[in-house]
Amino acid sequence: MSDTLVDYDDAVSRYDPALGLEVHVELGTATKMFCGCTTAFGAEPNTQTCPTCLGLPGSMPVANRTAVESAIRIGLALGCSISEDCRFARKNYFYPDMPKNFQTSQYDEPIAFDGFLDVDVPLEGGGTETVRVEIERAHMEEDTGKSLHVGTSGRIHGADYSLVDYNRAGIPLIEIVTRPVTGLGARAPEVARAYVAQLRDLIVALGVSDARMDQGSIRADVNLSLAPAGSGTLGTRTETKNVNSLRSVERAVRYEVGRHAAVLDAGEKVFQETRHWHEDTGITTAGREKSDADDYRYFPEPDLVPVAPSREWVEELRGTLPEPPNVRRARLQEAWGFSELEMRDTVGAGALDLIEQTVADGAAPQAARKWWLGELARRANDAGTELVDLAVTPADVARVQALVEEGTVNDKLARQVLEGVLAGEGTPDEVVAARGLAVVSDDGALSAAVDEAIAANPDVADKIRDGKVAAAGALIGAVMKQMKGQADAARVRELILEKLS
Amino acid sequence: MNDVRRTAAEAADALAAGETTSVALTQAHLDRIAEVDGAVHAFLHVDAEGALAAAEESDRRRASGAPASPLDGVPVAVKDVLATRGQPTTCGSKVLEGWVPPYDATVVTLLREAGLPILGKTNMDEFAMGSSTEHSAYGPTRNPWDLGRVPGGSGGGSAAAVAAFEAPLALGTDTGGSIRQPGALTGTVGVKPTYGGVSRYGLVAMANSLDQVGPVTRTVLDSALLHEVIGGHDPRDSTSLPDPVGGLVEAARRGAAGDLTGLKVGKIAELRGEGYQDGVEERFEDSLALLEKAGAEVIEVACPSFVHALAAYYLIMPSEASSNLARFDAMRYGLRVPPDGVDDPSAEQVMRASREAGFGDEVKRRIILGTFALSAGYVDAFYGKGQKVRTLIQRDFAAAWAQVDVLVSPTSPSTAFPIGEKQHDPRSMYLNDVATVPANLAGVPGISVPNGLHDGLPVGFQVLAPRQADDRLYRVGAALESLLEQQWGGPLLSQAPALEGASA
Repeated sequence: MSDTLVDYDDAVSRYDPALGLEVHVELGTATKMFCGCTTAFGAEPNTQTCPTCLGLPGSMPVANRTAVESAIRIGLALGCSISEDCRFARKNYFYPDMPKNFQTSQYDEPIAFDGFLDVDVPLEGGGTETVRVEIERAHMEEDTGKSLHVGTSGRIHGADYSLVDYNRAGIPLIEIVTRPVTGLGARAPEVARAYVAQLRDLIVALGVSDARMDQGSIRADVNLSLAPAGSGTLGTRTETKNVNSLRSVERAVRYEVGRHAAVLDAGEKVFQETRHWHEDTGITTAGREKSDADDYRYFPEPDLVPVAPSREWVEELRGTLPEPPNVRRARLQEAWGFSELEMRDTVGAGALDLIEQTVADGAAPQAARKWWLGELARRANDAGTELVDLAVTPADVARVQALVEEGTVNDKLARQVLEGVLAGEGTPDEVVAARGLAVVSDDGALSAAVDEAIAANPDVADKIRDGKVAAAGALIGAVMKQMKGQADAARVRELILEKLS
Repeated sequence: MNDVRRTAAEAADALAAGETTSVALTQAHLDRIAEVDGAVHAFLHVDAEGALAAAEESDRRRASGAPASPLDGVPVAVKDVLATRGQPTTCGSKVLEGWVPPYDATVVTLLREAGLPILGKTNMDEFAMGSSTEHSAYGPTRNPWDLGRVPGGSGGGSAAAVAAFEAPLALGTDTGGSIRQPGALTGTVGVKPTYGGVSRYGLVAMANSLDQVGPVTRTVLDSALLHEVIGGHDPRDSTSLPDPVGGLVEAARRGAAGDLTGLKVGKIAELRGEGYQDGVEERFEDSLALLEKAGAEVIEVACPSFVHALAAYYLIMPSEASSNLARFDAMRYGLRVPPDGVDDPSAEQVMRASREAGFGDEVKRRIILGTFALSAGYVDAFYGKGQKVRTLIQRDFAAAWAQVDVLVSPTSPSTAFPIGEKQHDPRSMYLNDVATVPANLAGVPGISVPNGLHDGLPVGFQVLAPRQADDRLYRVGAALESLLEQQWGGPLLSQAPALEGASA
């Protein structure tokens, strides 16, 4: 079943999109939200559990102080007020991956509220525009277990059987909820992406999570609604879940804009529902219908005492906040001498940290930018992944650039070196050695190739003898071809001119 | 002296004096259980092997001159709502039939560390929901005073075990009176400590904001001894109070001297009159006269919101319970029942069929009540209103403490009723808790002390104290107990009829 879509530009010319983003961040605490189990990723299923995170009868939760601290620091970094006294609440619903059949969360008393994030959104033709995204709240909760539905559908309906891994159950989450963001017009998808990217940068800078979208340690739910252009109203929203890359955030918003517009154009009503994003096909499909009738029967969690952070503690934590990412960006732009456009592309590609590290590893800023935003961005795009997920480190890139500057490889060979590194063939030096990629500047080998090229192109050789030095290019090309590109072009040129002078 | 007739304090003295051993003491209680529990049915599970092994270790410790605690070697029974590693924990429900916890409740750990052999697990209303122990999925417990009558509930098993001399000590849990009301109906002592005074970790919660673990014994001093073993802060229960528990045994010993000079006692005006048996009121007045004779000043105190306590309780308690019981979904542990006539059932169908088969009527009734009370559109009118009443009750207590040191009332409006009489009349059953629920709603401690008979059945006297003033319960309770025993010429339980089949 495929949805009817309205062309994007047409849709946003007639409808105003409103965005809302709910981002879940898995905290990188050593232990879970309410018990002492370890949170390490990737362990054998159901080996990191205890009576509390399995919800065994009689077990009780105790709040993780580090998680509370992280929540407060995230709240402060987002300019939020920090609650003086807030409670956890139970969100009641049945699901096999939720051990207690209620999630311990926060309801009407979030730890942090009323904040904002100033998002730098690239402008067409250079420069950035700052869009203020208002944060309604950031609250603490626990993750659920992970269901694996085995069967052709991959979903619970139609599965042959399901497996549940409770290692994830109880891992601390911070849910950051924006207020509706309106007035974005056609730029809603970019703003959504830029918001998530900048929030991710902030989370990483705070050191509270590794914020890996591919591992689910930061997950975005995208709310979108359309209203007739200029109406100033909010339409019925859908909530798209499972959006696990920055690129997908942008695509999911675009897709839903087109889909909503088609539904509205047909004179129908948008269902308020949860939709699932499919990374492979780039579409959303209907999940369970969601309405305000969803009744989670929230009430304060009686097994936990209220969280009452002292003002002294909050101020102490304020003192630990890192440099805000946009301030840092301005500082790096200055230091690197990047143009506005170059910086914008760097940020947009998620390459800021990578370039900073590459520079720290010895490369010149422009060279680092060239590799990450050129060859490597192309490869990431081909593979459908993020730069940070490529199997190449900033140190590798810095080393490749050093090899170029030393004259060991030329640009073309350097790309082959990177290809080898990405293919897991080892360090740049190992790839150079294994693939025999070093340029040949040995006169013996080159001299023979030059002689051969002269013999094969007597008319060109004559022109050079007549003083038309520019014609040497054709012979250089022939030599390079014969040497499979592994020749030192400057030395080849010298040899040709020597032999034909 | 016959080992099972000893109080825990006497048994501890006998052990210290070398007059008996923990093995002998434990074996005597196991024998007594074998003799009488067929009739009483106080136990759901008896762990003779584990108890005797613990007793042997206790005797070894004592022989080496290093007993672990004043109660080292004195056996104890544990209500089946407390998790015991390696021993079944059913909560009186089919849903948990056969479940063996992989961990001990903190109070159980404390019992083991203090050297008390655990005799077994005692019967209870399913998930502690009831006032008669008739709602146990494993059959009712019978009152040792009259086997045709209930022992109260939900902790009827622990109270009957102690009253029938099957155990000198037991643990109970009290959410709305489940320790104190059975105490009153079986002529035993039961204490609900200050909320947070005893760890709840490992207590399978009915209503987390109301539940509290406490001692069930034959004497006030024994309760104090047990309370000091189980009390104190537990880092695994974040609602547990940071302060250590102490001075309770000393308060009980001091109280037993019978001097209450300077003590101000408030009798709660609202917990009298309609619904209270005449005999219960008469015993109450007799006891007040004794307290006055001992030097206490008795005044009447108004607690106007108490008349709404039961209604608030029956909104808050089922709300929390409905959420607590959601975990019994047949997925990870407990009963799993495939739905009838469904091939290839879904998880949801198995969940529904298992809950239908696993829970009894009273449990379902409270799940429905609680789910309703928390539902969108009703939560403010029901759960929210209940919480407001709770605040008013706390204010009534606060105002009372400005006038008096302790508050008193009858523990239960009636003596033990015949088995079956109220089983199908929930509202009449709920009224048993009318005098006990205010303490749970406010988190204050309370004790029930046997204060006589009405038509041959025990009556209980309740003392309430401010939060963390549990020592006052022991001082007043022990004073009343000693004055009454002087009148009776011995403990009330010595007037209980001999149980059929019992050799002692």
